[in-house]
Amino acid sequence: MKLPDRTGWSSLVETTQDPAGGSGYGDHPPRMGFFTDTSVCIGCKACEVACKEWNHVPEDGLDFTGMSYDNTGGLGADSWRHVAFIENRRPVSTVDLGLPAMGPPAGTPGIRPDLPASADEEEGQLQWLMASDVCKHCTHAACLDVCPTGSLFRTEFGTVVVQEDICNGCGYCIPACPYGVIDQRKEDGRAWKCTLCYDRLGEGMEPACAKACPTDSIQFGPLDELRERAQARVEQLHEKGVDVARLYGHDPQDGVGGDGAFFLLLEEPEVYGLPPDPVVTTRDLPDMWRRAGVAAAALVAGMAAAALGGRS
Amino acid sequence: MSDARVTREGLEGVRPGREASSDYSTRRPRKGGRRGGRGEQPTVPDADFRSYYGKPVLNKPVWSPQDIAGYLFLGGLAGGSSLLAAAAAVRGEERLARVAKVGAASAGVLSLAALVHDLGKPTRFLHMLRVVKVTSPMNMGSWLLAGYVPTTLVAAACEVTGRLRPVGAAATAGAAVMGPAVASYTAVLIADTAVPAWHDGYREMPFVFVGSGAMAAGGLGLLGSSQRAQGLPRRVAQLGSLAELSSSMLMERRMGMVAEPYKKGRSGALMRVGQVLAVAGNVTALLGRGNRAAGVAAGTTLMLSSAITRFGIFSAGIASAQDPRYTVQPQRERLTNAGRGARADAG
Ligand code: SF4
Repeated sequence: MKLPDRTGWSSLVETTQDPAGGSGYGDHPPRMGFFTDTSVCIGCKACEVACKEWNHVPEDGLDFTGMSYDNTGGLGADSWRHVAFIENRRPVSTVDLGLPAMGPPAGTPGIRPDLPASADEEEGQLQWLMASDVCKHCTHAACLDVCPTGSLFRTEFGTVVVQEDICNGCGYCIPACPYGVIDQRKEDGRAWKCTLCYDRLGEGMEPACAKACPTDSIQFGPLDELRERAQARVEQLHEKGVDVARLYGHDPQDGVGGDGAFFLLLEEPEVYGLPPDPVVTTRDLPDMWRRAGVAAAALVAGMAAAALGGRS
Repeated sequence: MSDARVTREGLEGVRPGREASSDYSTRRPRKGGRRGGRGEQPTVPDADFRSYYGKPVLNKPVWSPQDIAGYLFLGGLAGGSSLLAAAAAVRGEERLARVAKVGAASAGVLSLAALVHDLGKPTRFLHMLRVVKVTSPMNMGSWLLAGYVPTTLVAAACEVTGRLRPVGAAATAGAAVMGPAVASYTAVLIADTAVPAWHDGYREMPFVFVGSGAMAAGGLGLLGSSQRAQGLPRRVAQLGSLAELSSSMLMERRMGMVAEPYKKGRSGALMRVGQVLAVAGNVTALLGRGNRAAGVAAGTTLMLSSAITRFGIFSAGIASAQDPRYTVQPQRERLTNAGRGARADAG
């Protein structure tokens, strides 16, 4: 019997888009994930609240950040969903996306053409972007790869989950994650992040955030289906003239082998605080080990040279 | 509804403060109203860089500098010393061998203590050994230390007590075999992260680390050996410093803008102090040949240099993780060079 390897080694050799199968699950459900369509996000933060309620995530600081309506700040041990708010000036678009916006509609001529153009005409329309961020449940997950205890593991749904009874709080996963998702909970020392509601999935329920999202900005389902749906949505938006719509994390060819939770964005990823081209750090690990081996050999050679050097 | 529509002066009537300014820069749209970007040429790689309110993309490493930078230093010192102990034993320089063996054992134990102390749940240290996982340098390192530290303890104990000499010799040899791995694996430990200043230096970092470890071990040897036995530790320190300095130079040159934290700010200052001390220690050792006091001064300086450099590398990593530029800019360049991810909006 082939023993399952849910602790990561497989991800180095695995080329498949079936991380659960690659981790040794024979018969397993399809890979599940999130498609977050930010073009219909209204910034209500129901996802953040639902996540906290369901998962008993403690309070993450009652701060005022001054960052538009975002007082969460970012993902961390106590924030598994994070709604980003961006007040963005961009070239005037003629398409009404139904997004909240301020200023005159596109193409409105100045009332007095002889006067200098208004700020809106000069700089474009003010666009208020909202996006609910979450753990990407990477195909090649750095957090899982570097975890020394096997606490982080791959579930049968292809998601990435921390086993809190195993985690010893070494903190390695935190700088390993290229998205800045997982973090240490100071009070208890262990690492925490989104589980894609592993407990709910097991019961055939959808994750709390997706359930609570009133606009279906967060869609949950088999990843294959979500990818098709996302492709159709981005094409639809392009047809409407929303050229800025683009998918993020959908591509199995990207540096992490594609995300289990991917997005439709209306701006560059970095504007939402997402890395534009993340790469799983363990991709270079074989080369790192090789170089460490050469360096160790060089140390032996140097020591031998130093020891022989005085023999004259 | 905005007042701007009905006001002669455009947005004049809008209450200030509605447009909370965010940190990323706005690019002025081209006049002439050309809009829509599909099929357009990708915009020139942007010198202006954008981020989410200047917040870092990565989460800040939670490792404490004392524990983990200290761990990097002690691992190098221990690994180098084990090798030095074997070389000294072969050459019959007994006092040097004893100093190196005791040094390796002490540094090994301390490094293990630092690693355990840094855990969020120190009582669960042994969970490190519930799996064998090559994709996790920390797991491999734990196994390595689990073999290495007891071996150095046996070697040191036999040396000090003078008993069980064959066992001591075997332990000395064993520690010398594992030592180089202990000194170099820590480079993989920090490079195998998304931290730009650590990851991007992964090619040269192991050489920086073994160089630094050899320098520290040479320093310890100079500190503890008699006048007549200074030759070996001095040469070890020289070679080690040379390797460390040249590899970090190469590393910084290759890394481009991501190398900035190694040159600027607090981390840059630490790196420079480390370099100056390395040169000073070697010069002192060379000029003060055969002088016990000069040996002690040189040895202390060299060990200090190695430690400070490790703290410099550690804090350069933290600085690079804290500034989104080091994450976003190289990735953006990579996309532009690959012709992928062209900015879809009209520039
Ligand atoms: S986004 Fe980060 S925390 Fe989530 S699976 Fe990927 S590496 Fe792990």
